[in-house]
Amino acid sequence: MNVRYSAIAALIAFLLGLAVATFSELRIFLPALLRGAAVTIEISILSAILFFSMSFIAGIGRLNSIRPIRWISTIYIEVFRGTSLLVILFWFFFVLPSFGVVLSPTQAAVLGLGLNFGAYGAEVVRGAITAVPKGQKEASAALNLPDWKSTLRIVIPQAIPIAIPGLSNLTIEMIKATALVSAVTLVDITFASVQQNQIHYRTLDIFIVAMVIYYCFSQLIRFGGAILEARMTRHLARPH
Amino acid sequence: MDWQWDFTFEVVLPRLWEAAGITVYATVVSFAFALVGGLILMLLKMSSFKPVSFVASEVIEFIRGTPLLIQIFFLFFVLPQVNITLPPLTTGILAIAIYNSALTAEVYRAGLQAVPRGQWEAAIALNLSTYRTFRKIIIPQSLPPIIPALGNYLVAIFKETPLLSFVAVGEIMHASKLIGSEYYRFNEAVTLAGIFFLVMSLVAAALVRATENYVKRSILH
Repeated sequence: MNVRYSAIAALIAFLLGLAVATFSELRIFLPALLRGAAVTIEISILSAILFFSMSFIAGIGRLNSIRPIRWISTIYIEVFRGTSLLVILFWFFFVLPSFGVVLSPTQAAVLGLGLNFGAYGAEVVRGAITAVPKGQKEASAALNLPDWKSTLRIVIPQAIPIAIPGLSNLTIEMIKATALVSAVTLVDITFASVQQNQIHYRTLDIFIVAMVIYYCFSQLIRFGGAILEARMTRHLARPH
Repeated sequence: MDWQWDFTFEVVLPRLWEAAGITVYATVVSFAFALVGGLILMLLKMSSFKPVSFVASEVIEFIRGTPLLIQIFFLFFVLPQVNITLPPLTTGILAIAIYNSALTAEVYRAGLQAVPRGQWEAAIALNLSTYRTFRKIIIPQSLPPIIPALGNYLVAIFKETPLLSFVAVGEIMHASKLIGSEYYRFNEAVTLAGIFFLVMSLVAAALVRATENYVKRSILH
C-alpha cells in the first residue's frame, strides 16, 4: 500500500519535473544531467548483474560443506564488506594497473560496485537459505537427490522469495552508491551536476533535479521489488 | 608489482596516521549528531498531528532515497549561497549526520514498535507516570534490538567518511589521493587506506557484537 503510494508520488514528481524542465530555464542543464543519468543507469544494470551473481555464489559458498570453498567465500565477504567502497574503486582503478591489470573506468566501477554489494548480498542470501525449513533438505535426502540437486532445485527456489526484500534494499543502496563512480573519471548524474554547477551556478535547481532523479530510481526499484515479492509468494498465500 | 617499503614508512604512514585522526573524529561526531537527529525525526514522524508526521516521513524517505555524496555536494555548494560559510569538515559532518538521522530514526521506531502493546497498557493500568513508563518499562525492552542496529550504523558511517575527500576534507582517503598525485605513486597509500578500513571495521564489528551481548545480559536476564 505504502510502496504503491510512494511509487505514484515519485512518478508524479518525475512528470512534474519533466514539465517544469521543458518549459523553464532548466533546459540549460537538463540534457547534461540526463546524459549523466544514462551513465548511472548503465553502471547500475551492469553492476546489478555482478552483484546478484556474487550474492548467490558467495552466499551458497559460505554454506558449502567443503571447507576451502567456505573459507574463500568468508574471506571475500569480510574483505569487501570491511573496506570502504570508495577505497575499493580507487584500488581497482589506480593500483591494479601495477599488477598488470588495466581496467577501463566502466570496468573498474562495475567490478567495484558489484563485488562490494555482492558481499553484502551474500549475507542476505545466506540468511534466506538458512531460513528455509530443514525438513526440505531432509526430505530431498530421503528422496535420494544428490546434494547439488537438492540445493539448486529445492532450497534455492524457496530462498529466493525470502531474499528479495533484502536484495531490493541493497539494489537501492547500490544505485545510490553509483554516485561515487566519478572517482574513476565517469561522468554520472552526481558529477554532471557538479560540472553544471560550475558552468551555470544554478546550484539549488541543479542539485534538486539530480536528487529527484535518484529518488525516482530508488522508488522504482522499491516498487519493482515489492511486485516481484508479491508475485513469488502468491502461491504461499493460498489457504490449505 | 611495484611496492617501496621505505616510501611506505617515511611518507605514507605518517601522513595517513594524521589523517586517520580526522576520519575517526568525523565518524564519532557525525554518529553523535545522527543519534540525536534520528530521535528528533522519529518523534516528528510519530507525532499525532498528521501534517507533521506526513512531512517528517516524506523527508525521511527522500533523504534515504538519494545518495549521500550528492547531499554532501548540496550542502557544500548551497550553504555558502545563503551566507552560511562553514569549514568543509563541518559541512561534511552535517551531511553525514543528516543522512544517517533518517536511518537511525527508522531504527528507533522499529525498536519502540517491537515492545508489545500489552506493556504500555499494563503501565497505564499500574498508573505509572510517563517518565517511569519509559524509563522502567519501554526503554529497557526496546534497547536490545536498537543497540546492534545503531552499532552497524556506526561502522557504516565510518565507511562513509571517505566521501568527504570529494570536498577536500583531509581524511584518510584524501591524504592518499594527495600522496598519489604528489609522488605519482598510488599503490602504497591506497592499499594502506584499504587495510586501515578493513582492520577498523573488523574491530568495530567485534565491539558491536560484544556490546550487544553485554546489553542482552544486563537488561534481559
